[in-house]
Amino acid sequence: MNQPARTPFVAALADAPLPASGVAWLDQARRENLVAFAEAGLPDTRVEAWKYTALRALSQRSFAAGDAQAARRAVDPVALALPGIEGPALVFVNGVFRADLSLLDDVPPGVSLQPLSGALTHAPDPLRFALSRRYREPSDAFARLNGAFATDGAVLRVAAGAKVAAPVRLLFIGAAAERDVAWHVRDLVELGEGAELALIEQHLGAGEQAHLGTRLADFTLHADAALHHVVLQQAGAGSSLVRRSHYRLDARAQAHLHVLELGATLARHDVRAELVGDAAVFHTHGAFLPDGRQHIDTQLAIHHQARNTVSASTWRGVASGRGRGVFRGAIVVNTGADGTDASLNNKNLLLSTQAEIDTKPELEIYADEVKAAHGATVGQLDERALFYLRSRGIPGEQARTLLTTAFARAPFESLPDDALRQHIDQLLLSRLPA
Amino acid sequence: MLKIDNLHARVEGKDILKGLSLTVKPGEVHAIMGPNGAGKSTLGNVLSGRAGYEVTEGSVLFEGRNLLELEPEERAAAGVFLAFQYPVEIPGVNNTYFLRAAFNAQRKARGEAELDSMQFLKLVREKLKIMQLSPDLLNRAVNEGFSGGEKKRNEIFQMALLEPKLAILDETDSGLDIDALKQVSEGVNALRSPERSFIVVTHYQRLLDYIVPDFVHVLAGGRIVESGDRSLALKLEEHGYAWVAEHGEPAGVSA
Ligand SMILES: Nc1ncnc2c1ncn2[C@@H]1O[C@H](COP(=O)(O)OP(=O)(O)O)[C@@H](O)[C@H]1O
Ligand SMILES: [Mg+2]
Repeated sequence: MNQPARTPFVAALADAPLPASGVAWLDQARRENLVAFAEAGLPDTRVEAWKYTALRALSQRSFAAGDAQAARRAVDPVALALPGIEGPALVFVNGVFRADLSLLDDVPPGVSLQPLSGALTHAPDPLRFALSRRYREPSDAFARLNGAFATDGAVLRVAAGAKVAAPVRLLFIGAAAERDVAWHVRDLVELGEGAELALIEQHLGAGEQAHLGTRLADFTLHADAALHHVVLQQAGAGSSLVRRSHYRLDARAQAHLHVLELGATLARHDVRAELVGDAAVFHTHGAFLPDGRQHIDTQLAIHHQARNTVSASTWRGVASGRGRGVFRGAIVVNTGADGTDASLNNKNLLLSTQAEIDTKPELEIYADEVKAAHGATVGQLDERALFYLRSRGIPGEQARTLLTTAFARAPFESLPDDALRQHIDQLLLSRLPA
Repeated sequence: MLKIDNLHARVEGKDILKGLSLTVKPGEVHAIMGPNGAGKSTLGNVLSGRAGYEVTEGSVLFEGRNLLELEPEERAAAGVFLAFQYPVEIPGVNNTYFLRAAFNAQRKARGEAELDSMQFLKLVREKLKIMQLSPDLLNRAVNEGFSGGEKKRNEIFQMALLEPKLAILDETDSGLDIDALKQVSEGVNALRSPERSFIVVTHYQRLLDYIVPDFVHVLAGGRIVESGDRSLALKLEEHGYAWVAEHGEPAGVSA
């Protein structure tokens, strides 16, 4: 086979110097991931997982491999606060841990929270399994990049039985720099047996920038652990953000994920869940709202691998302007995963003629006594409802906003935290045309 | 108050109203009866400004203004209210929020002061009592999961709250049992006043035992074919709408 000519994207990163850790297995993994990236480059739309998300434009751009000035980039700490939410926070700017912006004074008992850069210096070996992974799929380009270049991220462990009430926050910020940067973070979250954790993950922008951020996160839930994970994606306009979140659930573990996708020009989020223990529960709820020329792509892949496992997913898409939304929800029920209960629902709203949403639910079942339901729709605002509101005196624009907000808010009604729910309402309201 | 003159309207390329004229003075109650498909709901939709209803001829004046050039919300603020034949369920939109948004939007459009949530809640509670509706309807989404009767009573409740000048009730009686029918009628009668007018669309004369009209009109084939007092409704009840076709067709229609 012919080796295709390197795109500017690949050329800029393939020969960049790798970060040196001094840890042999890590340096080796980084080298191999970079070689794999350089050889395969970015996937095109013939690769199924990237069918609706073309990377042509990205492949013509070039990014610096990391930001040497990340520790000094100006970020307004006030902009990082979440109203009504307190607790420890780990802040990363252009992929680098920022102690000056983080809040680490009140880490609750049973919680160990530290930046990956620190953990690698002090005790790299417990991280070996996660960080020496090789990525072999044609769709893995960004994971390879991340595997090669990520030097920082959050390492968060909750001891068995520890129940943490106050949420822990992880913030990832793309900050203005002299040139476009490719930054990376690698997160490892582990909940011991019976542990409970509320986690809020925020993606934000500071100043004008068109960086590419990649994030790889592993969430390991041991038996009976419970994770409440909220993601607010408000990355800067112009930026690209590619994430992969990998959940592994042991027996009776529960993960509840709520995701709001608002930011970035190109946003891609792969959610992979493996329900490996009996009666594990995985709930996902989310909304994505591409506007302008935004492209927001969410890919769920939920694998039921044990008996009586449950997954339920409720997602809403609202596309306006020339926005494009992509949603894929794949559920696989393995042989032997009898008694599985899996449901997935994705409803979408197109607010303009130039907006587009592609949605694709997939179901593969190899087990018995499985309850599975999935459905997806794409439609416009209900004209009857709109007329009903207007006939009562509510002006047209306000009526549209009311209906759209109600639609997008639905996945967050199950969010237990009032302050967060109100914050999300505000984000939705300020986002939609008033 | 309302003067409809030679109104022609078309829906999806089909002529439905074909020269309808009707004058309603302040304080009057007009009943409009007619067979299914006659165009009764079309009239209500045209008057309240629903998209897709194209007026091809004729005029509608409301308090001297050209009603047809106003947006639906402007008509509402001007005092036109339509109680829907099929009230719409709106998941995710809280009923109280909706009512206050509507109430305050109308007041704002008229240059009146808006009510804060405390003042508004007090008002809502009073009106709920009149309609004997359970306050927990307020916490639900608009019409979502309401029974047929609750939906209809909710329409009249909204009318009581918004206090329109002209209320068009589109088959508010259909699907109601006799108790609900009485409640709805009481709600309407409580709002009757020398300034407020009603157009009561119904298929059955039964409702008119409770809401006693000043005039009864028969709508058939897209126009008013017969007008009279209450006794016309009784005649219709006795003879059925077929009688209208034979006796009610105004002279010169086919000429
Ligand atoms: N939105 C609409 N789309 C298509 N046809 C309609 C619509 N509304 C009314 N029509 C048609 O107009 C005619 C009159 O309907 P309608 O006004 O609902 O009658 P009524 O209320 O007297 O039973 C019927 O033939 C109906 O099919
Ligand atoms: Mg009708």
